This record gives sequence, C-alpha cells and structure tokens, in this order.
Amino acid sequence: MKKVQVLGSGCANCKRTAQLIQMVADARGVPITLEKVEDFQQIASFGVMYTPGVVIDGAVVHAGGVPSNEKIESWFAQ
Amino acid sequence: MTGLPLPPSHAAGWRAHPRLLLATGAIAWIGLYRLLAPASESLVGLFPIDRASHVGTSLQFFLYDAPKVLLLLTGIVFLMGIINSYFTPERTRALLAGRREGVANVLAASLGVVTPFCSCSAVPLFLGFVQAGVPLGVTFSFLIAAPMVNEIALTLLFGLFGWRIALLYLSLGLGVAIIAGGVLGRMRLEKYLETWVRNMPRGVAAYDAQHVSFVDRMASGAQAVREIVGKVWPYVIVGIAVGALIHGFVPQDYLASVMGKEAWWSVPLAVLIGVPLYSNAAGVIPVVQALLAKGAALGTVLAFMMSVIALSLPELVILRKVLTPRLIAAFVGVVSAGILLVGYVFNAVL
Repeated sequence: MKKVQVLGSGCANCKRTAQLIQMVADARGVPITLEKVEDFQQIASFGVMYTPGVVIDGAVVHAGGVPSNEKIESWFAQ
Repeated sequence: MTGLPLPPSHAAGWRAHPRLLLATGAIAWIGLYRLLAPASESLVGLFPIDRASHVGTSLQFFLYDAPKVLLLLTGIVFLMGIINSYFTPERTRALLAGRREGVANVLAASLGVVTPFCSCSAVPLFLGFVQAGVPLGVTFSFLIAAPMVNEIALTLLFGLFGWRIALLYLSLGLGVAIIAGGVLGRMRLEKYLETWVRNMPRGVAAYDAQHVSFVDRMASGAQAVREIVGKVWPYVIVGIAVGALIHGFVPQDYLASVMGKEAWWSVPLAVLIGVPLYSNAAGVIPVVQALLAKGAALGTVLAFMMSVIALSLPELVILRKVLTPRLIAAFVGVVSAGILLVGYVFNAVL
C-alpha cells in the first residue's frame, strides 16, 4: 500500500492532480491511500514552494503544476 | 490533460528535431500574424453593414484584435514557458537567500517576472523564502512583481497599446515592487508574521540543478500554452468584445471629464475600485484600452490596471494565513501608495 499525499491549497490544479493519481493507480491496480494536505504549515514542512506537490511514502516526487500522465505512471511502475 | 494523441513515430520525430519544429512553428506563426489585418477587413466586408458605422467599427476592432491577441498570447506564453523552466522557485530562492536588502530587492522583483507563479502558490512560496532567510522586504518585492508584471499583461499591452506602453508598464511595475518592498523592509515588520511562521525551523536554501533537456523545456512551453491560454481565452474574448463596443458606441472624449487629467480624484478612485476587483490582465486591459481612446488619462488608466492585477481580495485572504492583519494593512497601504504615485506622475508628465 503506497501512501500518496497531494499538497495544495485546494485549487483546481490540486484537485485535478489528485484525480489523475487515483485514476492511474486504479488502472494499474496499485493500492494507494490518497490524502490531500491543505494546511500551509504542513506543506511548508515538506519544503514544497510551488503547488500542487506530490509526496509518496514521505518523499517529495513532484512540485509545481499538474504532473504529466507519464510522470504519474512512473511512480506506480513495478 | 493527456496532450495531443500523436502516433508514436510522429512524436519520436519531433523529439529528434526540436529546433526544426521550433523554426517551422515560428514561420507559420509569423505568416498567420501578417494575414490578420487583411483577413479581418475582408471578413467585415462579408457583412451587410457600413464599415464606418458604429457596428462596423466595433466588428472590425473585434475581428482584428481578438485573434491578434490570442495569437500573440500563444507565442509569448510558449516562450515564457521555456524561460520559466530555467527559473524554478528553488533556484530563485537560492539566488535571494542571505542577500542584503537593496540590490536584492531589484533582483527579487526581476526574478518575480521570470519565475513561474500562480496566486494559489503565494503562501508556500512566501514560507519557503522566509524559511531560507530571504529578508521580508525582499520577499515582498518578489510577491508584488510576480503577479503584477506577468507575460499575459505585457502581451496584451504590447498587442493593444504598442511596445512603448508595455515597456513603461514593465519598468513602473518593477519600480513599484522594488520601492514598496524596500519600504516594507525598513518598517521591521517581522514581528507581525503569524507566530508559527516566525517559529518555523530555518533551513539552508540548497539547490541541486538537474539537467533538463531542451525538448523537455519545449514540452513545458507547450504545457504552459495549454494551461494559461486555455484558461484566459474567454477573458480575452469578453474583454475585447466590451472594448469593441466602447470603441464603436461611446463618443470621443466622453470620458475626459470623469477620467481625464483634470479630475485629480480620478486616480485614487481608480485604485479604490481596482483593488477589490478581481479580474486578470486578459480581461481588464482591452477595456482599459478602449477607455483610453475615449479620453481617459494614461496615469489614471495605468493605476487602475495595476491595482486590479497586483492586489486582489482572494490573494489577501490567502496571505492572511501567514500575515497578521497589521502586516496585510501595511502591504496593501504601501503598494497602493506606489500605484497612486505612478498614476499622478504620469498624469503630470504626459
């Protein structure tokens, strides 16, 4: 089970990012828990300055803009 | 967003020759741009209306300016997407960390223009700067310049007013950001940050450069076009349509008494109306251009434009999470004062 966190203040791009991740994970059959982190203090603690950011199992894998499909796919490649 | 469904061979083709694609694109773009004026005239000719009538004037204005601005926007947003990819927020922060105020304010305002920025990222960016020890006044210079002097505003100004006004806006916007940031820095406002912000652990601003290929930079340019032009085109259309109606139907010099140079109160009024108004540059500039043509003074119009773009209520609400009301008041006060000054100086000089 991968723990995915989407960092962002709830803007359209952040919601879209969360949706895309859920879609790709479902399509690949990778079980994930998806959490949206909207608290600025918590976002800052990851050192992310440009939202949306994506954290997988505690590591920042993306920051700034909606990630591309290929990029999301690469996170769930076995 | 899945991008264009190109067949694999095709996609591999452009990845192998990015510069060829860029050159072809540039030639096609210039060709289209040159076609605009004759195309719009002949298009208006197809309608059974008098070219010199109110409707004819409005229609020609719309049919020429809407595609022109959209075409300019596409080209410039693409180039800015490529330029932005060289200036990540992390790199900008590393450039600003540990610098003394003064020169750093100039640097911060300039970096504000080229670093990718969206108002929903204002707070994480602010926190990141503070954490890395970027002085508060320098951070403000960045935060004022980034939304105010952006490629959308500059493109519209260039397309509708010409390069002189675009350059003027660029230098005045930078001037306001540098001076307002400098003044805010002198005011020693650190104690008015929210407590948890002051108590955040301070870190070093390390920046490890990753190699990014030119193909990837072009891809981020294309993504910027999809995201930005995809979002602002309705504003451009509506803004230019309203502008076209003003052009065609409002009598010449109608606005001179209300928004002209003689009306001293028009500048503060413009700022007062502009601050809470939330629109983006794309919607407001075409309207402003039409107002100018009908006798409004340039200083008044510039002040209005700057206050709409630089200060917006939603952004202030977000900033409230990290700044106390006193600090927000100081921020709005100093920036508005700078914009007022720009308005008055312009009305006096021109």
